[in-house]
Amino acid sequence: MTRVGALLVKELRSFFASPLVYFVTGVFLALSGYYFYTDLNALITFGCGENIVEHLWQRVYNDVVKVLITAIPLITMRVYSEEKALGTIELLYTAPLRDGEILAAKFLAVMAVFTVMIAATALYPAMIYAIQPFEVSHLVAVYAGVLLLTAAMVMIGVFISSLTSTQLIAAMFTYGVILLLWNLSWNEAAVPGDLLGFISQVCAFDHFEPFARGVIDLKDVAYFVALTVLAGFLTMRSMESRQWRGRR
Amino acid sequence: MIEAKGLTKDYGPNRAVDSVSFEIERGDVVGLLGPNGSGKTTIMRMLTGFFGPTAGRCRVAGIDVSEDPVGARRRIGYLPERVSLYPDMSVRTYLGFVGRVRELGGRLPTLLEEAMAAAGLSHMGGRQIGKLSLGYRQRVGLAQAIIHKPEVLILDEPTAGLDPRQIVEIRSLIRQLAGQATVLMSTHILPEVSVTCRRVLILDHGRLVADDTAEGLTARTMGQGRVLVRVQGAAAAELTALVGGLETVSAVEQASEQAGVVSVVVAVSGADAGGAIARAVGQRGWPLVEISPAVMSLEDLFVEILEKGPGGGAP
Repeated sequence: MTRVGALLVKELRSFFASPLVYFVTGVFLALSGYYFYTDLNALITFGCGENIVEHLWQRVYNDVVKVLITAIPLITMRVYSEEKALGTIELLYTAPLRDGEILAAKFLAVMAVFTVMIAATALYPAMIYAIQPFEVSHLVAVYAGVLLLTAAMVMIGVFISSLTSTQLIAAMFTYGVILLLWNLSWNEAAVPGDLLGFISQVCAFDHFEPFARGVIDLKDVAYFVALTVLAGFLTMRSMESRQWRGRR
Repeated sequence: MIEAKGLTKDYGPNRAVDSVSFEIERGDVVGLLGPNGSGKTTIMRMLTGFFGPTAGRCRVAGIDVSEDPVGARRRIGYLPERVSLYPDMSVRTYLGFVGRVRELGGRLPTLLEEAMAAAGLSHMGGRQIGKLSLGYRQRVGLAQAIIHKPEVLILDEPTAGLDPRQIVEIRSLIRQLAGQATVLMSTHILPEVSVTCRRVLILDHGRLVADDTAEGLTARTMGQGRVLVRVQGAAAAELTALVGGLETVSAVEQASEQAGVVSVVVAVSGADAGGAIARAVGQRGWPLVEISPAVMSLEDLFVEILEKGPGGGAP
């Protein structure tokens, strides 16, 4: 096993050794299921003859992402903060590991947790498919969008976790950043016209919306990839800050 | 094996380590001695590549740590100052993780057993680290430092926080390991270095103020020609005048009085100085409470070293 693999396994082990992941997953799936049920019911009752499978995914996955966003800080908060509080980060920094390898293992471990959680939501479309087969390309776009958005938000959470040794501070700060990023353009009326264009470029919701409609636009892919890379870059700088701060 | 040249570290405006240079030969056991905040941990963190120096260079096992930190870390075993381990892992799981991060491959099972045996942990493999005593956690820390049979072992205050019995155990463990690796260990406890180390580097405010053998240091601290005399019922001035007038006493260095007991530290020359002092005190009819070679505290030692200038050998 490579050293990065060993670290990845250790990270996953510590996730699944604590009850938090199970509770977060449980609540996430319960709420996602509730939204699936109510969105489907609403569409059947008030859809006025709309094509259900075409319009259902947009509603359901906008709701699923909403729940996902509340789950992300709870999972990312411990990634660095816990090791900084315990002091174990010093052993990682003095083991034959590059900073980039440490970050990669930690990021991939969180992504593995969320991939499992997100994959579990495929149960809902699978049930529909069993009753009425449909074109799956729309759903592929939706899931690509959900994963890209998750990667960006997770990396932001990982970055913020690298700034503090207190998990709850990391979580709250992450909520602040990703909720603001998510609904930055929601209050359009309050924003001057010339600023609105810029704000909707930065707003995560505006970039997720096309995926939810089944459209993969390179511009939106680039946005989430750029956000992930930026947060990753900042995490690397944060890890390097031990150079001049002299602390873990 | 370990080479530091002009090693300097600044934290913002504070200089934690100021152009420290030393060389440690293969197989040597060297103590890094200094009060808290003197830069011991900072030097060790630079040697282990935790962070780089502001100026200067260090080489470990022939590798420049700044150029190839990962390569250098492969050859180093490091026990940080605070025992920092994952509390929810078992001893064996944790050491297995360390071994895999160090890419020990097929040798891992053998090396893991050897490290556990060397650290006296063979019967503790299944125990959860969080439930171990501090002494056993320190052993796990040592086991992770030696699992890859490193050429260089860097131990930051390995006995801090342990009870006396555990201290003795950890010290004897370090002495055993010393046969296989070059060891640099830090401490702020004076007797520790004389028990464990052959050579001592002394730091003060980030500067290397002395580089001495353990014997030389012991000679300095164990009353190099200095005697402590404690007498009851005499005034400080009277006692100072009496012992100061003796032929074998060259100077009275300190005098103090506490609860009717006067203490003086005198510099003596010639044989039987102690006997002469005891007889003189006895003739005056003052009860002699104590007469012994003066043991310097670490603080006194620093004062002396700083007065005599850096790098001074045994006087």
